[in-house]
Amino acid sequence: MIETSIDSIPNIFQDLRASFNAGKTKSLAWRKKQLEQLFKMCDEQKEVFASAAYADFHRPTAETLLFDCGVIRNECIHVLNHIDEWARDESRSDSLAYATMDKYIHPEPFGICLIIGAWNYPFLLTLSPLVGAIAAGNCVVLKPSELAPNSAAITATMVERYLDPSCIRVVLGAVDQTQTLLKGDINHIFYTGSTSVGKLIMKAAAEKMVPVILECGGKSPVYIADDANIAVTAKRIAWGKTINCGQTCVAPDYILCSKTTESRLIPEIVKAWQSFYTDNPSNSDSYCHIVNDRHFERVKRLIDSTKVVYGGQTDAKQNFIEPTIMTNVNGNDKVMQEEIFGPILPIVTVNNENEAIEFINARPKPLALYVFTSNNNLAKTIINSTSSGSTCVNDVIFQIAPPCLPFGGVGESGIGNYHGKNSFDAFSHSRSVAYSPTWAERLIAKRNPPYTKKKTASLESLTKGHRNWLPIPRLGFWFWAFAALATAIATRVITRGIKNNIWDL
Amino acid sequence: MIETRLDDVENIFKDLRESFNSGTTKSLSWRKKQIEQLYKMCDEQKHVFASALNDDFHRPSFETLVFDCGSIRNECTHALNEIDEWVRDKKISDAFAFAMLDKYIHPEPLGIALIIGSWNYPYLVTLSPLVGAIAAGNCVILKPSELAPKSAAIMAAMVERYLDPSCVRVVLGGADHVQVLLKGDINKVFYTGSTAVGKIIMKAAAEKMIPVTLECGGKNPVYIADDANMEICAKRIAWGKAINCGQTCLAPDYILCSKTTENRIVPEIIKAWRQFYTDTPFNSESYCHIINNRHFERVKKLINQNKVVHGGETDSENNYIAPTIMTDVTENDDIMREEIFGPILPFITVNNEEEAIKFMNNRDKSLALYVFSSTKSLAQRIINSTSAGSTCVNDVIFQIAPPSLPFGGVGASGLGSYHGKYSFDTFSHQRTVVYAPNWTEPILSKRNPPYNPTITGLMEKLTKVHRNWFPMPRFNCFSMMFTVLALAVGISMTMNRMKDDKSKV
Repeated sequence: MIETSIDSIPNIFQDLRASFNAGKTKSLAWRKKQLEQLFKMCDEQKEVFASAAYADFHRPTAETLLFDCGVIRNECIHVLNHIDEWARDESRSDSLAYATMDKYIHPEPFGICLIIGAWNYPFLLTLSPLVGAIAAGNCVVLKPSELAPNSAAITATMVERYLDPSCIRVVLGAVDQTQTLLKGDINHIFYTGSTSVGKLIMKAAAEKMVPVILECGGKSPVYIADDANIAVTAKRIAWGKTINCGQTCVAPDYILCSKTTESRLIPEIVKAWQSFYTDNPSNSDSYCHIVNDRHFERVKRLIDSTKVVYGGQTDAKQNFIEPTIMTNVNGNDKVMQEEIFGPILPIVTVNNENEAIEFINARPKPLALYVFTSNNNLAKTIINSTSSGSTCVNDVIFQIAPPCLPFGGVGESGIGNYHGKNSFDAFSHSRSVAYSPTWAERLIAKRNPPYTKKKTASLESLTKGHRNWLPIPRLGFWFWAFAALATAIATRVITRGIKNNIWDL
Repeated sequence: MIETRLDDVENIFKDLRESFNSGTTKSLSWRKKQIEQLYKMCDEQKHVFASALNDDFHRPSFETLVFDCGSIRNECTHALNEIDEWVRDKKISDAFAFAMLDKYIHPEPLGIALIIGSWNYPYLVTLSPLVGAIAAGNCVILKPSELAPKSAAIMAAMVERYLDPSCVRVVLGGADHVQVLLKGDINKVFYTGSTAVGKIIMKAAAEKMIPVTLECGGKNPVYIADDANMEICAKRIAWGKAINCGQTCLAPDYILCSKTTENRIVPEIIKAWRQFYTDTPFNSESYCHIINNRHFERVKKLINQNKVVHGGETDSENNYIAPTIMTDVTENDDIMREEIFGPILPFITVNNEEEAIKFMNNRDKSLALYVFSSTKSLAQRIINSTSAGSTCVNDVIFQIAPPSLPFGGVGASGLGSYHGKYSFDTFSHQRTVVYAPNWTEPILSKRNPPYNPTITGLMEKLTKVHRNWFPMPRFNCFSMMFTVLALAVGISMTMNRMKDDKSKV
């Protein structure tokens, strides 16, 4: 794979800094143009992207078109729909004490943002954050993952063709390039990848107090209650576990359920897989492979053939592992010691939701947590007793689709979040701006020394905040405007009616 | 000073983790009770707090009562007013494509939060974040600064008396204690202090991917335009520079203005200081001293006697430094190399706002940036051409007072923000929760393999987000209803008039 030379990296930073200082990225028109170009790129080049990912690890075209290109296009549109609103100064209103001050929040770009992508959704995880970075007005250095070399190379080519190279650049390479970038002139780091590397990134960022967003992973548990709709549950889990050959950060990692449910579930999952990929997934063009030899060996080692009840076949030449189910798995098995990131589905037996909650809480907080049940109260109990980046009830992975919902981890699964406005906020600094009127000097001068007991007491009561005496929630201006108008109309109709004797009184 | 034994720290973590796991802090009524107790503490004990701080570094009572205790009480009141709204699950509405998903954001506590306080406003910067941490449902360890030992000790005594010791604890000590705490069972670190130590904290937090909020500092510039109201400008800067003897993270650090303005404003500042502290601030009970001998020596070394035009007196026995003005300062002078954190006011001559902007942008981003001018567009231009944690126009420091504005730094001046809802958010995890209905299975199953181009095309269309065809800003439902009602009234009135032949049609 062609790599960017380490020596050229300082020049990249110099160019970007010059562009940023010139104010290029601050222009709203420039940002919108770039987003439109990014949309165009992920539209016109989608087949080219798909074949690069297929060349990298036998990724089915449909998955790249839908999960990468389609989602990036949606993110561009969502941002184009809202960017005027987001980039605007946001006025803040406050209690009477501060009503005299004109105050607002002014969103500002950080400067140069470094986006380090991952290989599993190579376009999505590099270009979706890019949408937010551009929308917020930053210059960007993209560092796609070298583990998907064709995808990285095509990303570099297309970004140079479609986007403004004076403000957006791609650096190709591996650890050396990443380390050089981390020491460079950057103001923000957005990283997608493993927890262990995420910690190293944060450590490096601490040298210059660079803010970071870390989108990592973990073992995302699935609790299936006995009252779940087994047919639908099985299909959805089967889908979530095997798209991208299980190499999805929010893939369902392992299942917790009772033996009864397990015996009903397994045939349904098997049925689903067979309908997806036929009996012979190695021949299916809809089935992905493991990204490389190293990960193939890693995942293969997690399979305990004594516990396999379905699947288990592997082919080292193609880095192929078929969809596999293991049962009677316990917390000490190898497959439970790390995020699987592969098409192995372990089932751990628990008798009820309390045991499931205990099992989940004994482990690091995951990126996602799933519950399948027809009882909303049970779902709520589990949600309230656990913590995870996000949760979906009765489906998997889909909670990351709506652009208005934040997507991120907690604890070891990550820091920060993005998608939609959260992306804009992730790459902006919200600067408070207050205008202090000069006519208020009489009042303000009370703060000046020399201090006396009387002055102190007077200032204490002047600046005191008060409890809401009427516990009405904040209903907003338009509610009150509507209520006032409706009351006025109703009053007029009624009094008119009384005057004209319309009502039978 | 009494220090917590290092061996005890482990037990503190055990106790707090047990309390957190038992759900004590999740209870909304517990949180409200604690915040009410915190309010009581900063009300009933305010004089005790003030005298401890007066013992520590001659801090005038007024400053402790108004800036520390008063602000903490206001933060408590604001939180009690709003907490019901903050902890509620926040429903999110979206584009049509995702309308069928029941989705909301569920705020969760992080677990055990470590709050490391600073010495300059010891109660405020230790207890104000505590309000947010409790409101968000966390257990908390407070580590007040050992540089203000009496304040730290009284805080420990009072927190034990007023708050729930099973969930809120204080650790007294120095750097060793901080290191042990950082290696402990924590889920969040909130640090107020210097940038240098902030970076060390972030590095330590990276070991376990612990999210951090760092409230640091920098050299806060003040640009005074020639059209500023000199008298008011002088009084406000004089106040901001001398309260707490300049040991305020938001204090105006240095001034940029033309020689003309300097000649007009320096006498005004001197006049203001005389009014505040008389001709001999040494004797004034309203004037604070430097925190300790080490900082006294540090600040004293920054004074270049050749450039002093007012003040310059020091007294090492009392760690006293008089309010001092230096002029003709350049960026190579010692005083421009570090945050002053003392009562020295350097003047740097610039000819216009362009030079000022260039000067400010050549340096690290500061915690605050101030502009004094009667031309709003000039202020806007400076704001749009620079970046800082926050900005105030025509005053200093006051932008942190309104609870609706976030308070935090950017770049080397800090990471993250707090105050009001921002405090709640900084100690919470915003967990996305989505409920996927079963009845959508016929549509949803279109995502299942085997893939073919027809289905892929269909899915691309189904999941596509559209550009707003009508460039309307987002109106909420009540503004829509108001508009509809108003239109209905208008139309009905017009039709009535037409019926009555009042207007010739």
